[in-house]
Amino acid sequence: MHFDAHTARNHMPKGLLALMDQAQDAINTEAGAASTDGVARRTFLKAAAASGFALGAYPLVVTAQGAGAAAPAGLKAFEQPSAFVRIDTDGTVTVTINRLDFGQGVQTGLPMILAEELDADWAKVRSVHGDANPAYVDPAFGMHLTGGSNALKNSYTQYRELGARTRAMLVSAAAAQWGVDASALRTNAGFVVGPGGKKLGYGALAEAAMQQPVPEKVTLKDPKQFRIIGKPTTRLDAQAKSSGQQDYGIDVRLPGMLTAVVARPPVFGARIKTLDDTAAKAIKGVKAVLRVPTDRGGEGVAIIASGYWPGKQARDALKVEWDTAAVAKADSTQLLAQYRDLAGKPGAVAMQADMGPMATAPHKISAEFVFPYLAHAPMEPLNCTVKIDGTAGTERAELWMGTQMPGLDAMAAAKVLGMPPQNIKVHTQMAGGGFGRRAIPTSDYVVEACGVAKAARAAGITAPVRTLWSREDDIKGGYYRPMHVHRAEIGFDAQGNILAWDHTIVGQSIVKGSPFEAFMVKNGVDATAVEGMKEPYNVPMKLSVHHPDVNVPVLWWRSVGSTHTAYAMETLIDDVARATKQDPVAYRLRLMGDKHPRHVAALQLAVAQSGYGKKKLAAGRAWGVAVHESFSSVVAYVVEASVGKDGTPKLHTVTAGVHCNLAVNPKSVEAQVQGGALMGLSMCLPGAAITLKDGVVEQSNFGDFAVPRITDMPQVAVHIVPSAEPPTGMGEPGLPPLAPAFANAVARLTGKTPRELPFKLA
Amino acid sequence: MPTLNINGKNTAVDADDSTPILWALRDTLGMTGTKFGCGQALCGACTVHLNDSPVRSCITPISAAVGQKITTIEAVTTTDKVGKAVHAAWVKHDVAQCGYCQSGQIMSATALLQGKKKPTDADIDAAMAGNVCRCGTYVRIRAAIHDAAKSLA
Repeated sequence: MHFDAHTARNHMPKGLLALMDQAQDAINTEAGAASTDGVARRTFLKAAAASGFALGAYPLVVTAQGAGAAAPAGLKAFEQPSAFVRIDTDGTVTVTINRLDFGQGVQTGLPMILAEELDADWAKVRSVHGDANPAYVDPAFGMHLTGGSNALKNSYTQYRELGARTRAMLVSAAAAQWGVDASALRTNAGFVVGPGGKKLGYGALAEAAMQQPVPEKVTLKDPKQFRIIGKPTTRLDAQAKSSGQQDYGIDVRLPGMLTAVVARPPVFGARIKTLDDTAAKAIKGVKAVLRVPTDRGGEGVAIIASGYWPGKQARDALKVEWDTAAVAKADSTQLLAQYRDLAGKPGAVAMQADMGPMATAPHKISAEFVFPYLAHAPMEPLNCTVKIDGTAGTERAELWMGTQMPGLDAMAAAKVLGMPPQNIKVHTQMAGGGFGRRAIPTSDYVVEACGVAKAARAAGITAPVRTLWSREDDIKGGYYRPMHVHRAEIGFDAQGNILAWDHTIVGQSIVKGSPFEAFMVKNGVDATAVEGMKEPYNVPMKLSVHHPDVNVPVLWWRSVGSTHTAYAMETLIDDVARATKQDPVAYRLRLMGDKHPRHVAALQLAVAQSGYGKKKLAAGRAWGVAVHESFSSVVAYVVEASVGKDGTPKLHTVTAGVHCNLAVNPKSVEAQVQGGALMGLSMCLPGAAITLKDGVVEQSNFGDFAVPRITDMPQVAVHIVPSAEPPTGMGEPGLPPLAPAFANAVARLTGKTPRELPFKLA
Repeated sequence: MPTLNINGKNTAVDADDSTPILWALRDTLGMTGTKFGCGQALCGACTVHLNDSPVRSCITPISAAVGQKITTIEAVTTTDKVGKAVHAAWVKHDVAQCGYCQSGQIMSATALLQGKKKPTDADIDAAMAGNVCRCGTYVRIRAAIHDAAKSLA
C-alpha cells in the first residue's frame, strides 16, 4: 500500500485521526492505570517473565517498575527504550520490532539499526514482535501499520535513537560504578570500556542502567562508523526457519482449542436459503454447526471441530442452498466490456495537460491494456485464533494472527464482540507471507473469526477457536488486486519527443469505503490507482480514471498501483523508442535528463552490470529494459528473454540496479529484489488470473491459479547504488519493472508488445 | 488407534485411518513444523518422508503409513547427515524469507540429495518443481542445494 511522506499524520483527515486516537486511547487504558500517556514514564522496567534483570520490557508484561528516574516528558511512547530493548544478565539483547515480519526481513533490519547505535554484540541480538501497544505505531503515521515499504524508512531514526539512548544509560551506569566521568568511557560490541581498558558487559550493567535517567537528546554515529548497518547480515530467524522451529499464526496451540472451517457463500455477500447439516453433524470430532456472518453482509456456516480435518470433512458434507438473488454477480467477460466502454468516456481527472498537439502529431500509438484480478495467495492460509474469557459484561478477548494493522483489527474485533476496545489484546504472529492481504481496512478474516468465536460461545463452547481457511477459501475469498483496463493515445515526433499523452485507467478503487478514503481519494481519483504514472518522464499527460463499483472485494497487492501503471508506462515508452528507432536505454536517459539522478544511477548500474549493448546475446534472445520508482525506491531491470517455437516467452536472466539510499542489510535488499522480481514475473505466467462467472470465482487452488515455480525462476543479479542517505524501503519496489522489462524483450523478438497480462501465447 | 513410526518413535495417533498424515501431525500430535499450504498436493509445503521418499502429507492418509517410517522436518535437520548439510546450506544462503514453505523445500531437497550426490540444475528442477515459494527464494534454494551437495562430497 502506498503511504508517502505527504500522508504523514499531520496531513491526515480528522476522521481517521479520531479513529486511530480512539484505538490508542483504548489500548492505553489497558497499558496501565499508573500512566496517563499509555506507557509507563519510568523507562527501565523489570520484566515479570524474564529471568534475572531486564533492561526494559514492553509495558504490557510489566508488573513492577524500576525505581529509577523518570523519562523526560518530551519523549513519546515510541521513543522510549523500555518498549523496545531488553538486556538479559547474560548480555542477550532482545529488540522489539514495531512491524509485522512476513518475509521482508524487518525483524533483522530494525534490530540492526538499533544494535548499531547501542554498540551491541550482534551475535547476542534477538528480536520479537510488538503488539497493539501504542509504542509500536509507525512513528510517521501514528498508527499500527506495516505497509508501503515504510518500515526502515520511517523507523530508521527512531531505532537509531532508541539504541543511542540505551547505550547512554549503560555508559552512565558504568561511570557511576567506576566513579569516573561518562565522557571518559567508550563502548565496543556489548561492553563499556573504561580507563586502563577495564570492561563491563551490558548484561552486568543492565540492572544499574535501569536506574539511570533516559536522555532525551542523543548524538548519533557518523555513517562512516557503522559496523552493523550496511553489512550483509543473515536473518535472525534463519535457523528457526530452516528447521521447522518457526511458529506462525497457524501454529498457535492453546489448551482445548477448537478449529472452525467456514462454508462461505459462492457469491460475495450472499446468504443461506436452506441448510441441511445432518451429515456434517454426524462426523466424529464435530462440536457444532453454526450460522455465522460473513464478509459483505453475507452468511455462512461454521463447523466447529476438534481439528481442521474433521471440520473440512463436515463442511464438505453440508447441503447448503444459497440465496444469491439480492447480490450483484460480477462476471469477468461483462466487466471487460464495461471497462472498455468506460475507457472511452471522460472520467475523473488525475492529471491535466494540453491535448491539442495530438491532432497534428506526426506519429501516434494507440494502446489498450488489460490486467486481471490477482490473488495474494500467501503460503500460510489465513487464520485467526480467538480466546474469550470472563463473564457477561466483563468479557475480554485475545487474538492471535499475522496482521499488518493490529490496531485497526483490534477495533474491528471489539465492535464484533461487543466489548470495549481495551478488552481486546492482539498477539501479532510471524506471518507466512502476506503481500498486502494482511492489511485489510475491513479486517475481514479477523471480523469473521470473531463472529465465529462469538457464535460458538453463544452455543456454549468456551474453548478458544481458531478459524482456518483452506487454500480454496483463500483463492476464492476476494480482496484481489483489482482488474484494470488502461487506454492510451500518444502523439510524438520522429525524434521521439512526446507531444501529447492521453491516458485513461479503469478499475475499482481500493480505498473507497475504508478509513483511508478520506485522504487517499481526491476529486474522485484513488491515489493507489494512479501512483507510478508519468514519472520519471516529463511528458504532457492527461490522465483520467473511472472507479466502477463491482461486487468483488479488492485490496493492495505488493506494490499496489505500480503493478499495472509501471507496465503501461514502461512498455509504452519502449514502444515510442522502437517506433523512432532509438535505443531504449538512451531514450529513457534523454527523457529523464538531470531531473531523476536516482533513476539514472539505477538504470546505468543495471546496464553496466548486465553487459547491455556490449555482450553478444545467445541466439533467439533479446534485451528488455524497464525502470520504475515505487515507495521511494528505484529499481531498474535489464533482462534477457526468448520466445519458444510454441510462442511461450521465457525469462533467462535479470540484472537489477537498485537505489534505496543506504542499504541497511544488503543481503535482505537482494532477497527482496529476487522475490519482487519473481512476483512481477508471476503476473506474466499463463494462468495467473482470477476470473468470475455469474458472480463465482472460477479458480480454486494452485492448480488453476498459477504461481511461479523453481522452473520459472531466472538468474537474478542484484546491484545496489552506494549511498549514505537515510534508507528507503525495498519490500515492494522490486516488483513493478519486471513484467514490462520482460514484455519489452518479447516485443523486440516478436514485433508485438504484449498488452494483456498474463501473456497470451501466440 | 493406529500406531505410526514418526522420527524413529512409535506413536499412537488418536485419529481416523483416513486422516491425512499432515493433520495427524499438526492437530493430533502438535508437531507443527510440517505446514499446510494447499491440501491438494499442489504446493509441497507439507512434504514429509515416507520410508525416505518425499510424499505430500496433506493427501496421504495415515492408513498408508502404518508399519512405515515417517520422517518430518523436526528430525531431518538434526539426525540425518544429509538433512544437517541441507539445513546448514539453507542458513548460509539465508534462503528463507517468510519461511513458511521452507520445511517442505528442505524435505524435498534432502530427499533429492539422499538419492543423488551431485544433482544437476535439471535434477533440482525435477525434484523441487512441486514446492511453491511465494516469496521467490528459488535462486537461493538452487544455490543452497548445490552447496549442500558440495559439503557432502
